[in-house]
Amino acid sequence: MKMAASSERSPPPFPESEEQELEPDLEDEDSDEGADIFTGGMLSDVVMDPPLPTSASEPAKDIFSDAPADSFNDPLNKTSAEPEKTESTGLSKAQVVSLVDKAADDEDLFSDPLGESAAAPVTDTKSAPLLDLGEEPPKSDVTEKTASAAVKEDVSAEVHKASQNDVVSKPQKDIFEEPLKGTVKEPATDVFSEPTGGAAAVNKPARADLFGDDDEEDLFKEPLGAVTKKPQVPLFTEEPNDIFTEAKAGSKAPSDLFTEETFTAPSAAAAAKPSVNTGSKTNGLHSDEEDLFAEATVELSLDSPHNDKRKREAAKPSVPASTLSSSASTSKPQPKTLEELEEEENEDKFDLNISVTNPEKVGDGMNAYMAYKVSTQTTLSMFRSKQFVVRRRFSDFLGLYEKLSEKHAQNGYIVPPPPEKSILGMTKVKVGKEDPSSAEFVERRRAALERYLQRVVCHPSLLQDPDVREFLEKEELPRAVGTQALSGAGFLKMINKATDAVSKMTIKMNESDVWFEEKLQEVESEDQQLRKLHAMVDSLVIHRKELSMNTAMFAKSVAMLGSSEDNTALSRALSQLAEVEDRIEQLHQDQASNDFFIFAELLADYIRLLGAVRACFDQRMKAWQRWQDAQNMLQKKRETEAKLLWANKPDKLQQAKDEIVEWEAKVSQYERDFERVSATVRKEVIRYEKEKTRDFKKQIIRYLESLLQSQQQLIKYWEAFLPEAKAIA
Amino acid sequence: MQNSLPELVKCDVFSLFNQMRSVSVDLNNDSSLLIDIPDALCERDKVKFTVHTKTTLNSFQKPEFSVPRQHEDFIWLHDTLVETEEYAGLIIPPAPPKPDFEGPREKMHKLGEGESTMTKEEYAKMKQELEAEYLAVFKKTVQVHEIFLQRLSSHPVFSKDRNFQIFLEYDQDLSVRRKNAKEFFGGFFKNMVKSADEVLISGIKDVDEFFEQEKTFLLDYFSKIKDATAKAEKMTRSHKNVADDYIHISATYSYLLICLHSLCVINAYRHLEKFSELLEKLRKVEGRVASDQELKLTELLRYYMRDIQAAKDLLYRRARALADYENSNKALDKARLKSKDIPQAEENQRQCLQKFDKLSESGKQELTSFKGRRVVAFRKNLIEMAELEIKHAKVRIKSAVCSEHNLFTHN
Repeated sequence: MKMAASSERSPPPFPESEEQELEPDLEDEDSDEGADIFTGGMLSDVVMDPPLPTSASEPAKDIFSDAPADSFNDPLNKTSAEPEKTESTGLSKAQVVSLVDKAADDEDLFSDPLGESAAAPVTDTKSAPLLDLGEEPPKSDVTEKTASAAVKEDVSAEVHKASQNDVVSKPQKDIFEEPLKGTVKEPATDVFSEPTGGAAAVNKPARADLFGDDDEEDLFKEPLGAVTKKPQVPLFTEEPNDIFTEAKAGSKAPSDLFTEETFTAPSAAAAAKPSVNTGSKTNGLHSDEEDLFAEATVELSLDSPHNDKRKREAAKPSVPASTLSSSASTSKPQPKTLEELEEEENEDKFDLNISVTNPEKVGDGMNAYMAYKVSTQTTLSMFRSKQFVVRRRFSDFLGLYEKLSEKHAQNGYIVPPPPEKSILGMTKVKVGKEDPSSAEFVERRRAALERYLQRVVCHPSLLQDPDVREFLEKEELPRAVGTQALSGAGFLKMINKATDAVSKMTIKMNESDVWFEEKLQEVESEDQQLRKLHAMVDSLVIHRKELSMNTAMFAKSVAMLGSSEDNTALSRALSQLAEVEDRIEQLHQDQASNDFFIFAELLADYIRLLGAVRACFDQRMKAWQRWQDAQNMLQKKRETEAKLLWANKPDKLQQAKDEIVEWEAKVSQYERDFERVSATVRKEVIRYEKEKTRDFKKQIIRYLESLLQSQQQLIKYWEAFLPEAKAIA
Repeated sequence: MQNSLPELVKCDVFSLFNQMRSVSVDLNNDSSLLIDIPDALCERDKVKFTVHTKTTLNSFQKPEFSVPRQHEDFIWLHDTLVETEEYAGLIIPPAPPKPDFEGPREKMHKLGEGESTMTKEEYAKMKQELEAEYLAVFKKTVQVHEIFLQRLSSHPVFSKDRNFQIFLEYDQDLSVRRKNAKEFFGGFFKNMVKSADEVLISGIKDVDEFFEQEKTFLLDYFSKIKDATAKAEKMTRSHKNVADDYIHISATYSYLLICLHSLCVINAYRHLEKFSELLEKLRKVEGRVASDQELKLTELLRYYMRDIQAAKDLLYRRARALADYENSNKALDKARLKSKDIPQAEENQRQCLQKFDKLSESGKQELTSFKGRRVVAFRKNLIEMAELEIKHAKVRIKSAVCSEHNLFTHN
């Protein structure tokens, strides 16, 4: 825990002005002002982060399910329950109240970055960097890294100071006083004014607001909870850590504190081994972070009583938090908690109904295409109105997918894939034959597109994507290019896919996380089985159609036989039988289309989705590979340095050192990336499984209902026939 | 694999017989001669039937006896009946078709080839289903042979046939001579002549309105029932395919569940499990529906198609006799003109007339009783089929409701 170590980890210079401004800050900063630096770092992060696809889309779920509720419940409960204690931290009651008020506004603030409902400037600034910087995620990643590095230093500085100080609570108090006050007033300027000084963020109110969002949240939960609840706990282990988490949360995603944190922490612990080379101090930090995050999780679900118990459980190991082993033990139960949380989140569905209807042929000949009516019904405030309808063509759907997967797939998200292009089916439609097979094709595609859109909007992060909103709302969409199966772009894509496949084969990842290994295996065997099942359901459908056809033929034949029969009663019975068989034919046909639309299509969807799931595993592997490559490179640079040292070439030595610094930064940034992607993949897979379970269940029930109906019909038919048969004499 | 089938068949065909007496109306009204085939053995291509007889007739040496018979023996019996001049005026019960196990055997072979692509469970289920199918074919084979004998035994004339009695009683191997190539081609040639003759004769307008009507009816009915049979066969075959698909689906589904279960213990899969159970039930029902349809409907149509062929044969024989009589009339006229061999021609003409009258008389009787028999058989089978269909649909509903219930209670 010495500052000396910081020279090794100090962030490399960055091209962007903001970072450069930040750097001198870091350099100038003394341990006293650690907290301030950290806030500065955090600020720059908050600004930089939204552009990141992850963070921009991340919050979705949390915003709608978690965050508002928490900010309502937690602070209220706490502030009212423990007013004196809060006061002891230097806050006046009035301030608390205003804080709470602010929390009430929270909902607005949360939906802000996503929708247009609230203050215009917020949206503007938010979406502007989003579009600009979204294309340069690596850069912002670097910043993020710097920020967290800075935070680490700060925290350690804080710890240092705290341990030196006699009055342990004092620094804490300071720390909290400042931000809290800040939030109450003008978030940005006040909280960070003294420390950050010239930090670029100050003159951008929107950013300050953004920052205020999450900072406020943090302040509500962490410091208050920690300070008020466990004053007796040696604060020096506890508090700085809290701050650190906050900072981390801030640097991760604006409002997605808890889930994000929860995910990062275990993987951080899991990744503790590789991070050993950064020194034992980092380890300590990691483990601390672990505890904090546990606390964060607990805070989040305070409203449910049984979680309280877990809180205590989680809090217990947090006391001796400085050892790595204990952090490992805390990280163990984490996934479970996660899943539970996830489940809670999924319970409340947001109100958004999308339907794709009225397929309509537009144009003639080979330039003809099908246009679909996409109607949305929603009460979500992010949309301009409650109900709107747009017309979209198939390639628009594909275009949406291209955009989404470009932005989100690399971060480990499962982007629902649209139905495939079908040249044959479409040609038939284009030629304009009004035969049943082309009608079936159109209906099939319509249903598939509807399911595709529903899956997209069901995904909390994807729903937040401006492209999705644009797709649903905007009257005219720029023509999607590059979706043609045979176009030049398609060809390039094919080549890319091929190279991906090759590199996939060559990458040998020694999996450190059993969960991923097992899941990947599961996904692979599931894929195989689903494909088989799909082929079988297909053949069932074919056979049932055959049966229906043959039944119809038999019905005709029996009718003829009945007409030839000279026994009147038997003749009547036979023609009755023909009628029954005729109806049964219809039942078979219905059943066949049920088999198809309920099962075959569901399976086809899931085969496609499994492809997306595997792709997100691949993204994780790629992130890992990048990290490993960077590590190897760092190793090489170090060796070069050693050689230079030995050869006594001081002129090149400086350059080598710089390079080492640069690569160290890269390594830890890539490591972070990997952790982030891992966390997302994990979350996504769990979400996917939930969705799958729900989908299958829904379809099974549908199938059962259709089965019941058809069988009841069948009974009716035969029961009507029975007296006819008995009347034969 | 092929070895395993006969063994299986040996087990207890007997107990399964009760459900499958379908096509025939109860023919054994007359308790003086009761015949059944309680047991059969499949050895390679040959099927050995045990023909069991219980009788009070004193033309038999013992009141009860069993003899082993093969398919070829049945054919021999049928041929002797057809060749017997006296029986020309009777509808000779159609000979049972040759046992044909090619279908299931071929399937079994295919299954063996595809063993590697299937899961163990799936293979087991497929095999089980195939064995059931094989058993069904076997049962059907036994049944048609039994019906042939029962129709003979319930017929007042045929039951007293000497060859029939020998067939039932002779406790050694009948070891009837198989047809040699010459005879086979001879039979073939005879058939050709017969059908050509049939075409020639059919042009002749019948004096008797009953037979004229009967002829047009049977011809029409035969073509219709032949078509219906073919269509019904097709229908049941596709139904079987559907049932087979269910096997694959339910097997793959449960395998998928096993895969998922071994790796993750989320309870969320429980409803899938319930669904898998439902699929398993459905596949059984579907299989039963297919085989019941086959037994009640297709087999009925198939049998009456053959029976109508036999009735048509009777008509042909009568028409032949009529033609013979007319020819003899012509011959008599010629003889009278030439005043040569008149008594001989007269005798011939008288004999032809007698034969024709006799044929007409018994033919009328036979055809009338055939009509009644057909109506009764159709009635019985159609009722049974409707009832079975209802039963199966109810089973399906029950299992669907059951698994729906399970799904909701799990929630």
